[in-house]
Amino acid sequence: MATNPAGGPLQKSTQERESVVIRFAGDSGDGMQLTGTRFTSESVLAGNDVGTLPDFPAEIRAPTGTLYGVSAFQINFSNKNVYTPGDDLDALVCMNPAALKTNIADLKQNGILIVDPAEFTSANLRKAEYENNPLEDSSLDKYQVYQVEVTKMTTLALKDTGLPNRSVMRSRNFFALGVVSWLFNRPIEPTLEWIQQRFGKTPVVAEANTLAIKGGYHLGENTDMFASSYEIKPAEIDPGTYRNITGNSATALGFVIASQKAGLPLFLGSYPITPASDVLHELAEYKNYNVYTFQAEDEIAGVGAALGAAFGGALAITTTSGPGMNLKGETMGLAATVELPMVITNIQRAGPSTGMPTKPEQTDLLQAIYGRHGESPLPVIAASTPADCFHAAFEAARIAMKYMTPVILLTDGFLANASEPWLLPSVDDLPSIPVEFRTDPQGFFPYLRDEETLARPWVKPGTPGLEHRIGGIEKDYLTGNISYAPANHEQMVRVRHQKVAKITQEIPPTQVKGPEQGKLLVLGWGSTYGAIAAAVEAAQAQGHTVAQAHLRYLNPLPADLGEILGRYEKVLVPEMNMGQLLKLIRAEYLVDAVGLNKIQGRPFKVSEVATRIARMLED
Amino acid sequence: MSTEAAVKLTRKDFVSDQDVRWCPGCGDYAILAQVQKIFPELGIPKEKAVFISGIGCSSRFPYYMNTYGFHTIHGRAPAIATGLKVSRPDLHIWLVTGDGDGLSIGGNHLIHALRRNVELKIMLFNNRIYGLTKGQYSPTSELGKVAKSTPMGSADHPLNPIALAMGAEATFIARSIDTEAKHQQETLRRAAAHKGGAFIEILQNCNVYNDGAWEYLKAKDSKADTQLLLEHGQPMVFGKNKDRGIRLNGLTPEVVTIGNGVSTSDLLVHDEHDQTLAYLLGRMTPPNFPTPVGILFSTERPTIESLMNQQIQDAIEKSGPGNIETLLRRGDVWSVE
Repeated sequence: MATNPAGGPLQKSTQERESVVIRFAGDSGDGMQLTGTRFTSESVLAGNDVGTLPDFPAEIRAPTGTLYGVSAFQINFSNKNVYTPGDDLDALVCMNPAALKTNIADLKQNGILIVDPAEFTSANLRKAEYENNPLEDSSLDKYQVYQVEVTKMTTLALKDTGLPNRSVMRSRNFFALGVVSWLFNRPIEPTLEWIQQRFGKTPVVAEANTLAIKGGYHLGENTDMFASSYEIKPAEIDPGTYRNITGNSATALGFVIASQKAGLPLFLGSYPITPASDVLHELAEYKNYNVYTFQAEDEIAGVGAALGAAFGGALAITTTSGPGMNLKGETMGLAATVELPMVITNIQRAGPSTGMPTKPEQTDLLQAIYGRHGESPLPVIAASTPADCFHAAFEAARIAMKYMTPVILLTDGFLANASEPWLLPSVDDLPSIPVEFRTDPQGFFPYLRDEETLARPWVKPGTPGLEHRIGGIEKDYLTGNISYAPANHEQMVRVRHQKVAKITQEIPPTQVKGPEQGKLLVLGWGSTYGAIAAAVEAAQAQGHTVAQAHLRYLNPLPADLGEILGRYEKVLVPEMNMGQLLKLIRAEYLVDAVGLNKIQGRPFKVSEVATRIARMLED
Repeated sequence: MSTEAAVKLTRKDFVSDQDVRWCPGCGDYAILAQVQKIFPELGIPKEKAVFISGIGCSSRFPYYMNTYGFHTIHGRAPAIATGLKVSRPDLHIWLVTGDGDGLSIGGNHLIHALRRNVELKIMLFNNRIYGLTKGQYSPTSELGKVAKSTPMGSADHPLNPIALAMGAEATFIARSIDTEAKHQQETLRRAAAHKGGAFIEILQNCNVYNDGAWEYLKAKDSKADTQLLLEHGQPMVFGKNKDRGIRLNGLTPEVVTIGNGVSTSDLLVHDEHDQTLAYLLGRMTPPNFPTPVGILFSTERPTIESLMNQQIQDAIEKSGPGNIETLLRRGDVWSVE
């Protein structure tokens, strides 16, 4: 590589781009998640809208250099609205041959590929199952390949720190971040500040990472390796205060704020499971908000402890993923019949069984709605974007307490780990959550119901004069005493159904994005929102009468949904499963909807939805 | 025990309006009677008492106590009670379980409740049989038990509830017998007074499916020989004539007859705070030993609810009470004009 003989920055051109999709890929020990998060922060501070997708292996420390040990982080940043982490890549950074092998297929033709040639050793090539060095044959000819000597340059930049080679290698990701930050005109100052905060206690590490990122940035600036850099102008973003947030963080915040609004302690009973554990970790930090986090001995005890806390008058929640919700099923049945409020959060992952724990799927919808013994209807609410997890969690908690019922909240592994800028809500604008515990013994019956909601009274043990027993045995419609009377059982089954059905009165009119009637309605739920929104907008831009409706409430369904479905010639339901919402709406509304189904542990690409929309419009 | 002002209550205050539906002659009646008898003495306002159970005959118990009650799921009562106690340490929670509910389907939850030292008073009614499902062998049934599901005898080695509680490091471990009213009352009073979780195995007769399972311990003419009544600070003497005792031979307890050079001063003296001794007592089973009855072990250790609530208090002291605005603005925040 040549350096500028004059010693100053080279005069370089800047090309403007509307949006860029970049992916950092490396070994699971290479710090790609960190690099990605930092690049994301730089991008939001540069004023772009962003969407991110981490993609990491289940193995904590897979053997280095292996294909299954590759960890990646993808960012879509733009001067327009960003709905997804992006489809195909404009740029790909590969820290080793295995990362190249597993990610190159997603890079666009003529896309930017940054590789570290020092890592393309015969041993690493063998581990990545390359017969020939791809940097030396013609297999990468259709890309703009930049061989950046990350390892060598990092070593050089850090030579005065006195750090051993092993530690120096840990700063390689910052060097790569520096290069890419320059390439896309991202400010590195926020990362420099962050390094001081994060590593301030070990100044030598802070210094090493600072030198590395600056080294990378200056490499871009001062050498002629890159002829030009790229500029992505700030997006037009609604005014307000923002923070970048992942779905799991948003879920945790939704619950804490719901408990604060209700004036109750928050109790989480949970057992660690991917990808739900981060909610437990995050809530454990909020003890001063009167938050109890109880790491139980198993999934069953997690939900059991939560139910106990609900009986005691706390806002009770449990968090899990698919297999864990199976284990909680029996307790959810009890919670349904004793009619105590709680939220069961299922952060869905690819199943069945262990399946692919770090990969998302939407395969627990029918489990959520039907997967219990007996007639035990429960409300089901789903989040559609990472930030929306906040509102969905808050709403699930609100509904649970207002209707005295367990509520299932569905998110997934994509929402859990993906992030987006979140326009912080004003606390006053959030709905209030009035909670009234019954204290008056006059006319008290444990199952006396509120007319509007059919909720039974919530009584805290410790309230004088209201001593009573609840349990799993069928109970009398009013007194709650054990009853095996046939007609009473039917009445109880029906009233538990009616209570859940009543929740339709909470559901605002379904938002339809696009024409009020026309050729095609694309109906979705959960994390497919972004890909559907982008694909539908693209079709609308081409003049097609295509609309999008996305469901937050899966049980009960919105009262206006049947009528909306009838206004379009066709209905398409994209889902990351074999067609679960599809079955529901076909059964409920007798509508001849069709499914678009992807079960690869990966979110839909916009193009996949767009292609299907185009096909349906042609037919 | 209670910190509330003494309330004058009687046995009747704790009797609910529900018909008791156990089989006539069931040992559970006797236990219910003892609990209802001692409860007014405990100084617990009845609204502060909660009875929680799982599934099984014994688990019907809460319906008959005029307190708060929760009849839950097979085996899961300790988990549900833990959530309640942690978030409501002001409540006095009693848990009723059986050998199937507590040791089979709920074994996992029981050991964790004990090791965490949740202040639950756990009464395990051990009748060595499944009653509610009509007569299958249980985890405490003797090897070779002929029951409905084991016509040729069970092939399962039985579980020792006391040894299990010791293994889980329970802080209070006792054993009593359904028909021994006074002993039971005293044991339950001690359990109630204990600062921490209490595990009380109550040997109970199922007169329908396993009648006489504990008869060798109860029969008037033989019980003095088969029971070892433990008293703190007293030598371990038993037998009709108080002429037999337990002596330590190396690390092994042995039954000796007093006289012929053996005196009571050679005998083991019960110390309910001695964990090693409790392990030995827990392993003393018939036919080679009398069955120890009474408080086998008690010690003090912080309860999980005190530690968890302390953490919340500490966090509030350190960071101030939670503020929603602060929470929302945690981390990298930026403004768009």
